[in-house]
Amino acid sequence: MAILGAIDPILTAGLNPDDPDGWRCGAYLGRGGYSALRKILSEKILPERVLDDLKKSSLRGRGGAGFPTGLKWSFIPRNHEGEKYLVCNSDEGEPGTFKDRDLLLLNPHAVIEGMVIGAYVMGMSRAYNYIHGEIPEAYLRFEEALDEARAAGFVGNDILGSGFCVEIFAHRGYGAYIAGEETGQLESLEGKKARPRHKPPFPANAGLYGAPTTINNAETLAAVPFVLNMGPEAFLAAGKPNNAGTKIFSVSGHVARPGNYEVPLGTPFRVLLELAGGMRGGRALKACIPGGSSSPVIPADAMMELTMDYDCISRAGSMLGSGAVIVMDETTCMVKALERLSFFYRHESCGQCTPCREGTRWLHGIIRRIENGEGRAGDLETLEHVAANIAGRTICALGDAAVMPVQSFLRHFHDEFMYHIDHKTCLVSKETQRTGSGWGWG
Amino acid sequence: MLTTDSLKKIDQEIAKYPAGRKQSAVMAALAIAQEEKGWLSGELIAFVAALLDMPPIAAYEVASFYGMYDLEPSGKHRLTVCTNLPCRLSGAEDAVEYLKKKLGIGFGETTPDGRFTLKEGECMGACGDAPVALVDNCRLCCRMSPEEIDKLLRELD
Repeated sequence: MAILGAIDPILTAGLNPDDPDGWRCGAYLGRGGYSALRKILSEKILPERVLDDLKKSSLRGRGGAGFPTGLKWSFIPRNHEGEKYLVCNSDEGEPGTFKDRDLLLLNPHAVIEGMVIGAYVMGMSRAYNYIHGEIPEAYLRFEEALDEARAAGFVGNDILGSGFCVEIFAHRGYGAYIAGEETGQLESLEGKKARPRHKPPFPANAGLYGAPTTINNAETLAAVPFVLNMGPEAFLAAGKPNNAGTKIFSVSGHVARPGNYEVPLGTPFRVLLELAGGMRGGRALKACIPGGSSSPVIPADAMMELTMDYDCISRAGSMLGSGAVIVMDETTCMVKALERLSFFYRHESCGQCTPCREGTRWLHGIIRRIENGEGRAGDLETLEHVAANIAGRTICALGDAAVMPVQSFLRHFHDEFMYHIDHKTCLVSKETQRTGSGWGWG
Repeated sequence: MLTTDSLKKIDQEIAKYPAGRKQSAVMAALAIAQEEKGWLSGELIAFVAALLDMPPIAAYEVASFYGMYDLEPSGKHRLTVCTNLPCRLSGAEDAVEYLKKKLGIGFGETTPDGRFTLKEGECMGACGDAPVALVDNCRLCCRMSPEEIDKLLRELD
């Protein structure tokens, strides 16, 4: 896997995925790596100044919520006595998302440099990178990169002779989607079940071990050194207002070349689709989930008119989320697609909130019976009813995440669900489905 | 109950966390224990809990919450295949069918010779390489075609 294409890349610029040593510290230095950190420490640039630049750049979180990074960093109390923590969230388990894996494999030192700068700005001396359990190669790679960074004096005590110290460690997840939720992740780091916490208090006040904590996505942290090197204005200009910079989009599903693509925010969807080789087998687009499995599905016609940025996707009734673009062509059965997504949320519900624990089971049970040709009149109304009773009634966003696919699939593909219930079978034949999604496409 | 090598690895994990926060190493410690013994028995979980000065039930909660821990004996090799939507759109169903036929077992089952356990998994974060399977929790098998699967099974034999 690798970055398969790009338009004016920033985070992946100059990366050669075929170079087995391209991820190493030496190669990163060759690409101008660690110069942002070096400048900050050698010129003794005040944390407030770095924060100003970050705010000016309007960098937004790349993990899903799109929260302004500079603002998030400014929530950390400056004069707190005692430890504060930085957590890098590389636990990407949102179906469709696989960008952090490539970042950790191909450019781990950018993540490390971003973490060290973040720790400097927010006054932290300890940081953790929580890495998805199912990508062991990325975990090992990051540990190795950390060793290199320590040996080169970029991590540890008295970094580059500045007196600033920060230790960074990797923590491996072990198979729980909910550990990607920020407070669930903190519980997990404390050695517990990854059950999300009530907010407030927010992690900036009471996070890891009760101390002020910032949690940023890996792609966000990796962007920080580049933002500072190129300057906030240039980063802003690379995207569009309120949607600064580039974003790595993970394109999966029915495209000719599934993979990661870094493009400026605001790039038209049709350009991204072209970059990914276009539709597999030249078939027609049916629908697209633009920002990971939790973001509402958008039908083809609307999708083809959109640009890939927070504002445009949001105006279309969905979310840019993690930038995971799941492409579905005309051979896709939308009932079957939703059945699998609903199974996922049922399986991954941590179980502490009744509406989510019971509701995700209900949602999946009903969708499964429709898919199996056992749907009943009134099932779609029941689904809507159950969905409405989950949304907004849970501690974390998993409840909403489970509901949004259901509501959007029903809204846009109502007829297909009705057909399933009335005819006990799919509009799209099994053979046709197999043509699109089976083997032999490579 | 564990080799000195495993205990050393667990100590290295404990060292990642602040003093007095040994419990933070429980996920790694359970993973190391499972790697050595193949699965996590109640006795083994209690042993790990004692190492970390935490109640056995707290360690059991972790072991039963995260999907990559095995609380029952499994085959020598565990193949966890992702069947989530992005993988399914790119051949996961065919890969699963082929694997089931080839091994003669279904999900959650172990081959009679004890070599392989087949599991259904959730998103591995590698959808661009679909279909994917996690092998023994330590490597990801990507773009599983019949040839890739045959090669993998031969290698693991």
